[in-house]
Parts: sequence; structure tokens; C-alpha cells
Amino acid sequence: MHRLSTVLAAVCVAATAANAIGAEKDAALQGIDAYREALQDGNPAELFELTGEELWTTPAGPKNAALSASCDLGLGVGVVKGAYAQLPRWFADTDRVQDLESRLLTCMETAQGIDPKPIIAASFSKPEKERLVALATYISGQSKGIPVSVKPGHPKEKAMYDLGQRMFFYQAGPHDFACATCHGQEGTRIRMQELPYIPSTKGAASGWTSWPAYRVSNGQMWSMQTRINDCFRQQRFPEPVYASDVTIALSMYMAANSNGESMATPGIKR
Amino acid sequence: MTKSTLIAAALAAGLLALHAGPAAAQSKWGPGADDATFQAMLKSSFKDNGIAKTARLTQDETQAFCSTPDNATDPAAAKKREAIEAANLATVKWPSDGKWLGDWKEGEKIAQSGRGLTWTDKAEQVNGGNCYNCHQITAEEISHGTIGPSLHNYGKLRDRDEATLKATWVRIYNSKSVNACSNMPRGGHMGIIDETQIKHLMALLLDPQSPVNK
Ligand code: HEC
Ligand code: HEC
Repeated sequence: MHRLSTVLAAVCVAATAANAIGAEKDAALQGIDAYREALQDGNPAELFELTGEELWTTPAGPKNAALSASCDLGLGVGVVKGAYAQLPRWFADTDRVQDLESRLLTCMETAQGIDPKPIIAASFSKPEKERLVALATYISGQSKGIPVSVKPGHPKEKAMYDLGQRMFFYQAGPHDFACATCHGQEGTRIRMQELPYIPSTKGAASGWTSWPAYRVSNGQMWSMQTRINDCFRQQRFPEPVYASDVTIALSMYMAANSNGESMATPGIKR
Repeated sequence: MTKSTLIAAALAAGLLALHAGPAAAQSKWGPGADDATFQAMLKSSFKDNGIAKTARLTQDETQAFCSTPDNATDPAAAKKREAIEAANLATVKWPSDGKWLGDWKEGEKIAQSGRGLTWTDKAEQVNGGNCYNCHQITAEEISHGTIGPSLHNYGKLRDRDEATLKATWVRIYNSKSVNACSNMPRGGHMGIIDETQIKHLMALLLDPQSPVNK
């Protein structure tokens, strides 16, 4: 994993430099400056794509298998072109609806012999998780410009969409928040941050088609799983289990709502 | 109510946007739908982390009612909304010493802070009010949200009487007593902020010296 740590180090240095320049400004403006700077040099997500591609093609695990020779993301073994744009979907072998990251865990377990439990339990800053995010970043890049094609057809896909929609409006916790509190109206903001109206096609797409994304404000690469996790944190909910059904249901809701819009992954965010 | 009158009512209430999703026609809301599957999903999908425990997923009556989005405006649900507002109003605790207003400078700090009650927060830390996340308050603070209405000039625009004091207290203590499915958290009722903090926020909104009213 030398490559990944070099990449991370480079990214950290870039983020620190951006911070020093903007130290006197408030956090919002600082974020925007850093964002512009990062855009000039290209999206740092490219570095994560390289790492992810290496992880995809290099044999690993007790069974010493390469995912590129064993993993079916829905379009056939090893096919990554366009694969992200048709996820989440139902898979016959697991009889489950899976998003990219839960599918990768299945492949790692069955083809490579890697136990998914420690990966699921690890925090997002641990190398186990960073590998998944890098893989997701690479695979998402292979769908850039391709229209989202997620139309719930299989009964389990329809059920997953309904569960996601219901979860989107499910209020609980000390603040009575649901996803809909922050993403259920057109054109609102939290502080200076614009909030997409996720029940609409455009709003869903502004979220769904741009993650995984490089976050300039903290110099981290976040997958959709990371994004949902942090929104649940702000929602004052307990923590969602990585790649659990609730995260897949919400992904299904967002992906199906953005059907037909072009993937712009990996993205870059404030 | 027939389906077509329901649709007409929804249209009238400008709710059409809520039905924009492609599969919305087959949506299943509330009790009786896929409850068992939904509950199983909640159970298998969340874990305790720090102070954010899975017990938080259990809804009270207000939360359960408002999780069906149409209930916020559907005329057929008006009676139930009134009942929920009354139940929430009954929870309001008035200032224990009869004093309504604290220090607006402290109130500004509480309004600025969005801290508290996430799994990265500690139990013993002081929670913020999150107010600027959703409201414009002073003119100086340009980094404010727009989920709630502007509160700039809040005190200036209202009579300085007991009715205004009470209405503002109720709103901050338990906003669901004013509007059953308000998006605003129930600060006092849920123990997010305490009585002293509410007094400081009252002063921020109502004290003539507060920048809100200048
Ligand atoms: C308390 C407020 C709040 C809640 C509740 C909330 N979010 Fe968010 N969400 C935000 C904010 C703020 C941002 C922008 C974040 C940033 O720029 O760092 C955001 C960003 C997002 C994005 C990325 C949007 C884009 O255009 O890049 C998605 C997708 C998203 N949220 C989904 C969800 C889902 C699904 C839920 C429910 C599980 C949820 N959010 C709950 C505040 C919230
Ligand atoms: C998550 C969003 C949110 C947060 C946080 C929030 N509010 Fe609100 N607030 C609203 C909304 C939305 C309304 C509009 C009425 C409604 O929907 O019930 C409102 C209305 C109000 C009103 C009544 C305004 C009027 O014109 O009658 C007051 C006063 C108020 N809020 C004060 C506060 C204070 C003080 C805080 C912080 C302790 C706060 N709010 C936090 C969303 C919020």
C-alpha cells in the first residue's frame, strides 16, 4: 500500500498549503479558494483512481485473486466501463440489492477470501476503508459521462426503492431530523452550503452523480457511503453500518431519482 | 376522501413536487405498508456510537406522524395536527423565576453554535442552538441558512408585550406546539438547550439593544 500512502501524503500537503494561505478568512471562503486552486491542478481524485485501478487488477487475499478477473459488478466479470451507472441493482448470486461498495465486499469475500467484517467495522480513516473508497473512486470514473440507468424492475429493487423513500422522510432523534429536513425543499441552505432537493431528478443527480468526491475542505476522498454516514451524523442518528441495507436503500432512492442524468464521477466538492 | 380529491388537495397545497420521484406512485407510507421489513432494516443497519444510541430510532407520536410527508399539509389530517400541537404545548415549561430575557451576547454565541448530540460530541459538552444553520438573525452574520424564515428585526416587528414573550418562548421551547410538523427542532422539550440558554436566545431576538433589532 505504498502507493496509497504517498498519494495521501501529497494530498495532505496540498490541503495544508491551501489552509495556510486562507488562514485569516472564514471557513466558507477558505473552502472556495481551496476548491478553485484544486480545480486548476486537476481533481486530486485522479490519484485515488490510480490507486483503485491497481487494487482492482492486482491479485490479493488468501485466494490470491484479482477482482478484475473475478468480480461481476452487473455487466459481466471484470467489466468496469459503465458499471457504476447501473448500480444499485439486484444480483442473482446473493439475491440482494447491492450498491458498489457492498458488491465489492461480496467479491472480496467470495473471490479473494477476505473477511468483510473488519472492513465493515473499521472507521473511514483506516486503510481497510481507504482501499474500498479508492476502488469505488476508480470504478466510478469508468462511468464518467454515462447516463444513470437505474430503473427498479425486480421486486427486490422496487422494495429497496420504497424503503429508501420511506427512510428519506423518517424523522427521529433529539432534533426530529430526517433527510427531508435538509434535502426536502427546493433552494434551501444550511449556513452557506446549498442543499439539493433530493426528491427531484436534478437534486438527486447533483448528489448521486458526483460522489465519490474529493472534499477540498478536509483533503479527503469520500465515497457515497462516507457521504451518507456523515449526513446521518449531522442528523443526530446512530451510526449506519457500512454497506448496510439502509445505506443501499437511500442510494437506490437517489440513483433511481436521477435516472437518465450523466455521471460526473469522481467529483470535487468544497 | 377519494383518490382524485386527495390529488386535487395536494395540488392546491402546492405539494406536487413531493410526488416527483419516478416510482412515487408505488410509494408506501406509514403503518400497514412494509412495516416489518422497514423495522428489520432499521435494526440491522444502525449501531451505537458514543452518545448516539440506536434507541434514538424509536419515534415519538409527533415524529411518526410527520414522517408521512403529506400529513404536514393534507386537510384530512388537520384534526390530528391540532391534537399533536396541543400535546406539544402541554410540555412547555415556563421560566421558573418569571424572567424572560437573559443576555443577548450569550444568545448570539448559542445561536452560532451547531454543536452537540452527534456521535462525535461528548455527553458533558454544552449544546448549541443551531439557529444560524437555518435562520438569518443579525445582519452582520452573512453565513446563515434559509430553511427557516429571517429573524432579523424580530423584536422590532412585534409588540413588546407578554403575548410576544410567550409566543417566542413556546416557539423555541417546542416549535411543534405551533406547527405540528415544523422543521425546527424542539430545543427545550428535547433537552437540546436549557432554560438559561433559551432566555439568552429570547434576549437575542427581543432585547432592543440586540443587533437583531438595530
Ligand atoms: C442536518 C442537515 C442534514 C441532514 C439531516 C442530511 N443532510 Fe445531506 N447534506 C447536508 C449538508 C450541509 C450537505 C453539504 C455538505 C458539504 O458541503 O459538506 C449535504 C450533502 C448531501 C449530499 C451531497 C450533495 C451534493 O450535491 O454533493 C447528499 C447526496 C446527501 N447530503 C444526502 C443525504 C441523505 C441521504 C440524508 C439522510 C440520511 C441526509 N443527506 C441528511 C445536510 C444534511
Ligand atoms: C432545522 C431548521 C431550524 C433550526 C435549527 C431552527 N429553526 Fe427556527 N424555524 C425553522 C422553520 C422552518 C421555521 C418556520 C415555521 C415552521 O415551519 O414551523 C422557524 C421559525 C422560527 C421562529 C418564528 C418565526 C416567526 O416569524 O414567527 C422563531 C422565533 C425561531 N424559528 C427561532 C429559532 C431559534 C432561536 C433557533 C435556535 C435555537 C431556531 N429557530 C432553530 C427552522 C429552524
